[in-house]
Amino acid sequence: MHKLTMGALVALLLSGCIDSQPEKSADKKTETPAATSAPTKDIGVGPITKVELAENIDQALATKGQVTFEAKCSACHKTDKRFVGPALAGVTERREPEWIMNMILNPEQMVKENETARNLLMEYSAPMANQNLTETEAREVLEYFRTLTQTSEEPVTTQ
Amino acid sequence: MKKTRLSIIALVTVTIGMFGCGSPKESKSDGALNGSNAEKVYVAPGEHDDYYAFISGGFSGQLAVYGLPSGRLFKVIPVFSQDAEKAYGYNEETKPMLNTSYGFVPWDDAHHPDMSQTNGEIDGRWCFINGNNTPRIARIDLKTFETTEILEIPNSAGNHSSSFVTENTEYVVAGTRFSVPIPQRDMPIKDYKGNFKGSLSFVKVADDGNMDLSFQIMMPGFNYDLAHPGRGKSHGWVFFTTYNTEEANSLMEVNSSQFDKDFIAAVNWKKAEEYIAAGKFTTMPANYAHNIYSDSTHMATTTMGKEVRILNPADCPGLVYFLPTPKSPHGCDVDPSGEYIVGNGKLSASLTVHSFTKMMAAIEGKKFDGDAYGIPIINFDDVVAGVVQQPGLGPLHTEFDGEGNAYTTFFISSEVVKWKLGTWEVLDRKPTYYSVGHLMIPGGNSRKPWGKYMIAMNKITKDRYLPTGPEVCQSAQLYDISGDKMELLLDFPTIGEPHYAAGCPAELLETNSQKIYKLEENYHPYATKSEKDAKVTRNGNEVHIQMTMIRSHFSPDNIEGVKVGDKVFFHITNLEQDYDVPHGVAMIGANTSELLIMPGQTETFVWNPKQVGVWPFYCTDFCSALHQEMQGYVRVSPASSSIGLSWSLDGE
Repeated sequence: MHKLTMGALVALLLSGCIDSQPEKSADKKTETPAATSAPTKDIGVGPITKVELAENIDQALATKGQVTFEAKCSACHKTDKRFVGPALAGVTERREPEWIMNMILNPEQMVKENETARNLLMEYSAPMANQNLTETEAREVLEYFRTLTQTSEEPVTTQ
Repeated sequence: MKKTRLSIIALVTVTIGMFGCGSPKESKSDGALNGSNAEKVYVAPGEHDDYYAFISGGFSGQLAVYGLPSGRLFKVIPVFSQDAEKAYGYNEETKPMLNTSYGFVPWDDAHHPDMSQTNGEIDGRWCFINGNNTPRIARIDLKTFETTEILEIPNSAGNHSSSFVTENTEYVVAGTRFSVPIPQRDMPIKDYKGNFKGSLSFVKVADDGNMDLSFQIMMPGFNYDLAHPGRGKSHGWVFFTTYNTEEANSLMEVNSSQFDKDFIAAVNWKKAEEYIAAGKFTTMPANYAHNIYSDSTHMATTTMGKEVRILNPADCPGLVYFLPTPKSPHGCDVDPSGEYIVGNGKLSASLTVHSFTKMMAAIEGKKFDGDAYGIPIINFDDVVAGVVQQPGLGPLHTEFDGEGNAYTTFFISSEVVKWKLGTWEVLDRKPTYYSVGHLMIPGGNSRKPWGKYMIAMNKITKDRYLPTGPEVCQSAQLYDISGDKMELLLDFPTIGEPHYAAGCPAELLETNSQKIYKLEENYHPYATKSEKDAKVTRNGNEVHIQMTMIRSHFSPDNIEGVKVGDKVFFHITNLEQDYDVPHGVAMIGANTSELLIMPGQTETFVWNPKQVGVWPFYCTDFCSALHQEMQGYVRVSPASSSIGLSWSLDGE
């Protein structure tokens, strides 16, 4: 019951945000592709505008990323199931690499200005904590995510 | 009632009127209530104050941080007293900070903050403050605004002439206010004279700030009241005021006020270093606590010092001289050039100012008027630079603006008097409300004062605030000293009894401020750096819970297998790595305070479960929209129960 109330409160706050800033420019720039439409990539908002992914996974990079993930992220995320936040297996298939890194590095602005991130907050209620990773660490975590096989919990959407 | 309301409305109307038409000219009369003065102290929402003031919390034992000119209270830094809000002295990590040779002492009477200096200028690294009752000096790290070191001073009683810093933070000094038998022994009090001693302690400060009791000078049994290190040309000396040179031991208010003059003791600490290096000291057994908090282990440790090096002035020529100074001088203040040493004779109507240049010439020319216990007394006329004639009643303390002016507080006539160095003429006077003790100009005891504001710290408040029972609030007053005349801008309440204060521009502090503790640099023995490492272990009847916290859950949050009679240690690590996200924790019925744990930090509290049942704990510091959900349970079974330890979060 209590949780519901809190959820409603968060929703209320968020809808307040949306209503008051309908023309938010960041939304425009990074708008998520509508059902029908354009092949615009949703890279989120934040310091990362371009990530080049090599064809093959860099295992050394991924191993470093796993260490950081376990130290800084695993209190709220599991790879194979929903926990405080979403399960992360398959996340690299659901989201652009830039979006993932911006969500790690810039969660406060992401939940305010990026529609996908905002919808996730509505669904999960707990705002993502900024764990102050460096860009290098976030890149390593991204590489670790590439090693995770997708789960069946959240359907994969092709971009 | 109606009448009261009407008068309040009338007062407000008048006030608004005054604000409305206030002009600088009109403000000359007294006051605070005019428009331009209100603007001078107004810091708009979201804006920051220009200066920070660290104001002693007096008998609260703490140090309070205020913004100037707004007078807003930012933080009370716990120093010598337990503070349940921050778990200081309650959690297992900081309890050792309050250890002394007398055991755990949870309180002290905090007196004189002074900040670290480089080349005689305030550098914003540390603030020192003395505990008067159980003699101690504390160091507050201004990166974290937390007390990180407390050193007990042996052979001292009433550590009052402390904790003043030399101009490159070589030493912090600590003189005893009460002379006592040294070493302590069972003897008749009436045999005080000639048998009691006073110690002057020199505490060496290392580059990392750590303090070490380097040596003590064993002085005659006077009362050593306040001190100030030399600056510039007098660097290398420290000046201590004395009273009770009569060596009375009863009805001191009469018997310590007999002589026309007492002394300022001028101590040449560079000479002391030479004597130490030459081995001219004796080593005396001692017992004193040295408590250091580590930002790496997040805990404090106590080591006991066991001896101290003693210099005897009679055996060390050139170490100490006495400068005769009228009427039980209290404050002892040195101007930014280092030339003038102001003795504030608290029973005198005049201020005596000594000259460092004349003092050195008199020493050279041996212009002495006898000695006291082997310490040469310099001829009064050969050391005095000038006298500020009849500026007020009951002078206590003096600060400087760096423009050649001095500002002295007068307790009895309740005012601050501005006078000119060298000509000794009185330039201005303004009343205080009421009975001012100390005053502070940011940097006003250093070589580089920022002479824009002065605060007066008052002893009596009376009608300045609404009555709140027999005790009215403690208070300070802010004056603008940038013009020829001082202007009272603001009254603001303080904690405890504000003794001295230290101040500096905000920019000296904000660039060094620490935002989080890095998890990977957490070396607490019970740190839990990842939820997968969270666990509960038993060792006899001791249960150690290694728990993590992050917005917004504990891990584990369900614990079973604890029994009545166990001693349960909650070692909790905050996994957050973001600025300004502490979490708190409290357990129903725990005989201690909450914990307030900073990002990346580990803290511990102990709980002794006394009844079977299922007992909740929760986060005490609102942390997120789901803060109310941040809670957990511990199941407590009978002492005879065979239920083993288990723990989980979300069933895992």
